[in-house]
Amino acid sequence: MYLIGSGQQDDPGLEDEMALAFLPALARMAVCGGTHGNELSGVYVVQEMERQQKEKGEGAWPIPVTTVLSNPRAVKECRRYIDTDMNRCFNRATLSSPITESSPYEVRRAQELNNLLGPKGSTDATDMICDLHNTTSNMGLTLIHYTSSDWVSLHICRYLQTKITKVPVRVLVLDFPINDAYNLESVSKHGFTLEIGPQPHGVVRADIYIIMKEAVDLTIDWIHKFNSGTVFEGGDVEAFKFIKSVDYPRDPEARTLTASIHPQLQDRDFCLLKQGDPLFFTFSGKTVKYEEEETLHPFFINEAAYYEKGIAFHLAKKLTLTIPAVQVQKD
Amino acid sequence: MSSRTNISCLQEAKRVAIFGGTHGNEMSGITLVNMWIQNSAEIERNGLVIKPFISSPRAVEKCTRYIDTDLNRAFTPENLSSPDAEGLPYEVQRAKEINRMFGPKGSSDAYDVIFDLHNTTSNMGSTLILESSTDLFNLQMVHYIKKAIAPHTCSVLLNEHPQLKYSTTRSVAKHPIGLEVGPQPQGVLRSNVFESMRTILKHALDFIELFNSGVEFPPCTVDVFRVQERMDYPRDTNGNITAMVHPHLQDCDWEPLNRGDPMFLTFDGRTILYEGANTVYPTFINEAAYYEKQQAFMTTCREILAANAIRKACK
Repeated sequence: MYLIGSGQQDDPGLEDEMALAFLPALARMAVCGGTHGNELSGVYVVQEMERQQKEKGEGAWPIPVTTVLSNPRAVKECRRYIDTDMNRCFNRATLSSPITESSPYEVRRAQELNNLLGPKGSTDATDMICDLHNTTSNMGLTLIHYTSSDWVSLHICRYLQTKITKVPVRVLVLDFPINDAYNLESVSKHGFTLEIGPQPHGVVRADIYIIMKEAVDLTIDWIHKFNSGTVFEGGDVEAFKFIKSVDYPRDPEARTLTASIHPQLQDRDFCLLKQGDPLFFTFSGKTVKYEEEETLHPFFINEAAYYEKGIAFHLAKKLTLTIPAVQVQKD
Repeated sequence: MSSRTNISCLQEAKRVAIFGGTHGNEMSGITLVNMWIQNSAEIERNGLVIKPFISSPRAVEKCTRYIDTDLNRAFTPENLSSPDAEGLPYEVQRAKEINRMFGPKGSSDAYDVIFDLHNTTSNMGSTLILESSTDLFNLQMVHYIKKAIAPHTCSVLLNEHPQLKYSTTRSVAKHPIGLEVGPQPQGVLRSNVFESMRTILKHALDFIELFNSGVEFPPCTVDVFRVQERMDYPRDTNGNITAMVHPHLQDCDWEPLNRGDPMFLTFDGRTILYEGANTVYPTFINEAAYYEKQQAFMTTCREILAANAIRKACK
């Protein structure tokens, strides 16, 4: 049984494991680095790709790839952002807000990027955005997408999982409606955030850079194979779905921290968190435990940029997504 | 049996300060000092005045290393003697204030001991930083701390290099000690790093209390790493780095680096080797704050310093 679909989960006939979905070719891809100016792997991967493009011209990659330094001012100052977090600026409300003298730099830039790589939600939007990020959390390689219903992105995630073995490769879905999705990768038709850690902000580690470069090269590789007619078999993809955030224990008046992530939770992103497991270790030596009954998976544990957002870690539920086999639609 | 002529009698160390937040994004020291400002019970010792102090409150508020200029390089004679004026960089103003409160640097009124608490993104573990190879009080304190924390270890970095030595916040005191613990990303508080720093300070204060009470500390030796050279990243003509610390060198602080060992990896995959004639011991490998200071790592050489027995001078 054959399907011609948009690549969405709610297309009919998905229950049939032999179903093959025909999807349009991915003509244009963008690799974005420096969306946060102090997350350096992406900055240097983009820089290196630009150098390769100058050197080899059209032949640099088998498909057309645009490289973008998303937040040049923040990159120059090696800061996460100048006025506001740019990776929260791509929801419909912010993208359509009128620009005035007092508009934050990142809001202007987000609208520029939406014009360059979007417009988000339209048929003119770039087919694939790979947005490169680092985290201080021990998350290995985590592919983040705003929706769980994009088969192309999930296929690429699966492909990376089979090819990259040096670090764990996981899939995280946020399940936001497209208008609410606020991150850069939601501008394109398919896409994801490539999040790699642990790496301190303001530092480039060679081992992390190498993995990020490999992930980008493999993504280009998959798209080229797909566009050339390769059938990618369907099946199950294990994914984590964001449920909620947990803040640090704080002093009720001063709002200052009274504890840090417990040593038994530190660096254990995506582990199984059960009732009674340690979460925080207070400065006065007490352990704060996970009290809820539901077993969940913590991630973004002790991310530097999240202290100001009131987040010690996020919690996710593990689930299985089923994707059909896919092949490029012939004209 | 110790010859009485080999004991150095030193002045009592009555006034001690603990500085956190010299860099506003190095969280262990900031958290400890704020905690002790709220409740000083843990740091109180008989006969000692101990002042926990946030060096750079504006930088701490913004969780940034500095506002205008690096405070930990700002305690130069020029800065400290500059007249009060509008438009002085924040950290220069702050340096002058700190010099008034805890100095003046070089005078007999200065604080006896200042501990300056830092974190690094480098894999340096716990490191005590000395500025003089002849400060017997500091050498004996470091020796005491190392014994007290065993089997945990602590490295000792000696920066006495005429060009590479810099005017630190703690240099205002008669006995300055830097305490650097890593690896920890900027803006992050790791429990293990926090507790290591806390434990080292506990032993340091115990030492000072014992010394002030008249205890004699026998002669000792201290293994140190003496700063040799600053090694920068390879850069292009625009000053941008063209390579990263090599994976084989990354996280290998204090381990020998020999001629022919990999040192850097270019972004397009080429290895650059260390060409120095002698074995060196690199440290501060891939510290975030040092990219702008043209430093990928520092080389050191190993040395053993000897310290006489010490005892508090009789009045």
